[in-house]
Amino acid sequence: MKKILTSLALVGLVAAGTAAFAAEEAHNAAAPTHFPIDEPKEMSWSFTGPFGTYDKAQLQRGLKVYKEVCSACHSMNLVAFRTLSDLGYNEAQVKTLAAGYTIHDGPNDAGDMFDRPGKPSDHFPAPFANEEAAAASNGGAAPPDMSLLAKARGVERGFPQFVFDIFTQYDAGGPDYIHSLLTGYDQTPPAGMVIPEGTHYNPYFMSGVSLKMPKPLSDGQVTYDDGSPQTVDQYARDVSAFLTWAAEPHMEDRKKMGFRVLVFLLLFGALVYLTKRKVWEGVAH
Amino acid sequence: MSEGHSTYTPKTGLGRWFDARMPLPRLVYDSFVAYPVPRNLNYAWTFGGILSIMLAAQILTGIVLAMHYTADTNLAFGSVEKIMRDVNSGWLLRYLHANGASFFFVAVYIHIFRGLYYGSYKAPRELLWILGCIIYLLMMATGFMGYVLPWGQMSFWGATVITGFFSAIPLVGDWIQQLLLGGFAVDNPTLNRFFALHYLLPFMIAGVVVLHVWALHVVGQSNPTGIEVKSKTDTVAFTPYATIKDAFGMIVFLFVFAYFVFYLPNYLGHPDNYTVANPLKTPAHIVPEWYFLPFYAILRAITFNIGPINSKLGGVLCMFGAIVMLFLVPWLDTSKVRSAVYRPWYKLFFWLFVADAILLGWLGSQPAEGSYVFMAQMATLFYFAFFLVALPVLGLIETPRRLPNSITEAVLEKNKGGSGHPAGATAAPETKG
Repeated sequence: MKKILTSLALVGLVAAGTAAFAAEEAHNAAAPTHFPIDEPKEMSWSFTGPFGTYDKAQLQRGLKVYKEVCSACHSMNLVAFRTLSDLGYNEAQVKTLAAGYTIHDGPNDAGDMFDRPGKPSDHFPAPFANEEAAAASNGGAAPPDMSLLAKARGVERGFPQFVFDIFTQYDAGGPDYIHSLLTGYDQTPPAGMVIPEGTHYNPYFMSGVSLKMPKPLSDGQVTYDDGSPQTVDQYARDVSAFLTWAAEPHMEDRKKMGFRVLVFLLLFGALVYLTKRKVWEGVAH
Repeated sequence: MSEGHSTYTPKTGLGRWFDARMPLPRLVYDSFVAYPVPRNLNYAWTFGGILSIMLAAQILTGIVLAMHYTADTNLAFGSVEKIMRDVNSGWLLRYLHANGASFFFVAVYIHIFRGLYYGSYKAPRELLWILGCIIYLLMMATGFMGYVLPWGQMSFWGATVITGFFSAIPLVGDWIQQLLLGGFAVDNPTLNRFFALHYLLPFMIAGVVVLHVWALHVVGQSNPTGIEVKSKTDTVAFTPYATIKDAFGMIVFLFVFAYFVFYLPNYLGHPDNYTVANPLKTPAHIVPEWYFLPFYAILRAITFNIGPINSKLGGVLCMFGAIVMLFLVPWLDTSKVRSAVYRPWYKLFFWLFVADAILLGWLGSQPAEGSYVFMAQMATLFYFAFFLVALPVLGLIETPRRLPNSITEAVLEKNKGGSGHPAGATAAPETKG
C-alpha cells in the first residue's frame, strides 16, 4: 500500500512538473492565443452539490428573460411547454403560456398549412424559419439553439482543478460560463487588440476575442414582479439557471436517486464486507 | 487447476436426469463453486468479475436504448435527447451506458496493469493474455462507434479524424476508409453501419470472454507471488471464498461508478457533444474519449518523416504499434520470475510506465503545439522503450529476490511477519505491491 502511495505521489509530481513547464509560454495581452481570456467566475447556484435543487422562482424569472430577450434570436427546439410545470406552474398556467405562442402547423384536410395557438404538447417555436434565415439575420452566424446550451458550453478546467472537481462535484461549468459571458460586455480591450468589424469584445468568450452577439441585457430591461433586483447580473444568473434546467430537466430526480443508491451500496457493502471477513476467518491469505 | 475429477454429485432426481443428458449444472458447479483459486489473491484479482458485470450492464442498458434510438443523421441527436427528456428513466439508462463505457475501460486498464505487474501473461498463460488483448481491441472499436451514435460535434469530428487514419495506409488506405465510411465522408451510411456494428461487437466481446474464461480455467489463476499452485493447501474453493471477495470488490467499484452516474454524469464527456454535428464547423480541439487519449498523444507525437514513411503514416503505425506491443509482451519479457514483487528493477519500471501512460493521456487532451509535442515524443519513446528494451533486458540482468517455495509458505511467512522474525521485513513483499 505504501508503495502504491509513493508511486502515485511520483506520478503526481511528474504531471505537476510538466504542467508548470507547459504554462511557461509567451503571453501577449493584445494577441492572446488561448481562450477565454478570463476564466469564468464561479457563482453559487442552488442546483449544485449532492442535494442541489432548482430554485423555482429563479427558473420562472429566467424563463421571463428568455421569453422577452433571448427568444428573439435563439430557438429552444427541444423544450416542450408541458415540461414548464417543473417551474411550478399549474396545468392552467401552462395552457395559457402555450396559447400565447402561435404555432405553424399542417397540412390540414385541405392540404394547407395554418397557424394556431400553442398547446402544452408543442415545443417553443423557433424565431427563424431555418438556420440559413437565422444566419442571414445575424451577420452570418446562426445563434445557437438554447435547449442544451448549459451542457454544450464549459471552459476546460485544467490540471489540477479537474481532479478537485471530482470531489467538489463541480457541475456548473455551463451556467458559470453563460453568466460570465452575459456580464462580460462593456469592457475595454487591451491596447493594440484588433476587434473584427461587427463583433463585440468579451474576455469570457471561449472561441476568440469577440463575438457577433451584441450585449443582450441591460439594467431594468425585464420587469420582475417578485422584487428581485432588475440588474444585468441578476438577469444573467436567472437565465443561466433556467438554461441549466432546460438542458437537464431531470437533475433533481437524478441527485435524489443517487443519494439513495449510494446509501444502499454503502450499507450493502458493509454487510458483504463483514460476511467476507467471517468466511475468510481462519484461512490465512 | 481444472485437472482432477469433478466433485459434483446431483442431489435430486431431476439433477441426475439433467446430468446424464447435458451436464450444464456440473459445468457451472465445477467452474464457479468447486473451482480452486490461489488463497493469496488480492483485490486486484476482483476486476475480472467486475468486467463481467460491466459487460452485462452495458448490453442490458444498450438494448433498451436501442429501442428508442434512431440511426439517421437528421434524427439521431433528437432521439437521444428524447431518451434524456421523455423516456421513462431514459436519462438514467443513457448516463449508465455512457459512463458505463468509461468505467468498463477503468476496470480493463486496472485488469491489464495488474497482469503486467504480476507477470500474469507468462507461460502457460500467453493465450489467455492474447484473448484479453483481443477483447480490449473489440472494446476500443465498440467504444469508438458508440461515441459516434449521439451525432454530436465530437461524434462527427472524432469519427472523421479516426477513420482518416486508415487513409494513411499505402495502396489500400483510401479503399479501407471508404469501406468504413460507406462513402467519401462521415455521413448517414457511416452512422448506420456504426450502429449495426456497435450492436454486434458486444456480443463478439461476450464470445471472446467465454474463450478467455475457458483458457483461464485450464491454466488456473496466477497470484501475487507468481508461483504456480503446488498442492491443495495453496488453494481455496471459488465459492464462498472468491465469490464473496469479488462481490465486495464489485460493490466498491459500483459505488464509484454510481457517484459519477448520479453526480457527475457529464464529467467524462465533452461539452461539444451536446451540439448537433455540423460538417461545416470544425471544433477548436478535436479530442477523443479519455480512454483513447494516450494513443492519440502517440499518434500526434510523430511530427517528422522517417525515410519513405511520412509523419501521418508514422503516427498511425506508432499508434497501432503501441497496441501491438501488448500482444507481444509474453515473448518480450525474458524474466524467469513472474511477479514484480520479487523484481525490484522491473517494479520501478512498471510504475514509471504507469506514470508515462497517465502523462500520455494528459498530453492527448492538450493541443499538439509548443512544448506538448516534445513531451509527447519523449513519453512515446519511453512507452516503446518499456516494452522493447526494459522488458527483455531487465529479465536478463536483474537479480530477483528470494522466492518462497510455495504459496502456502508465502502466506505463512507473511502472517508471521513483524513478530521478531529475522526475515520479517521482507517476508511478505507480495502484499506491498
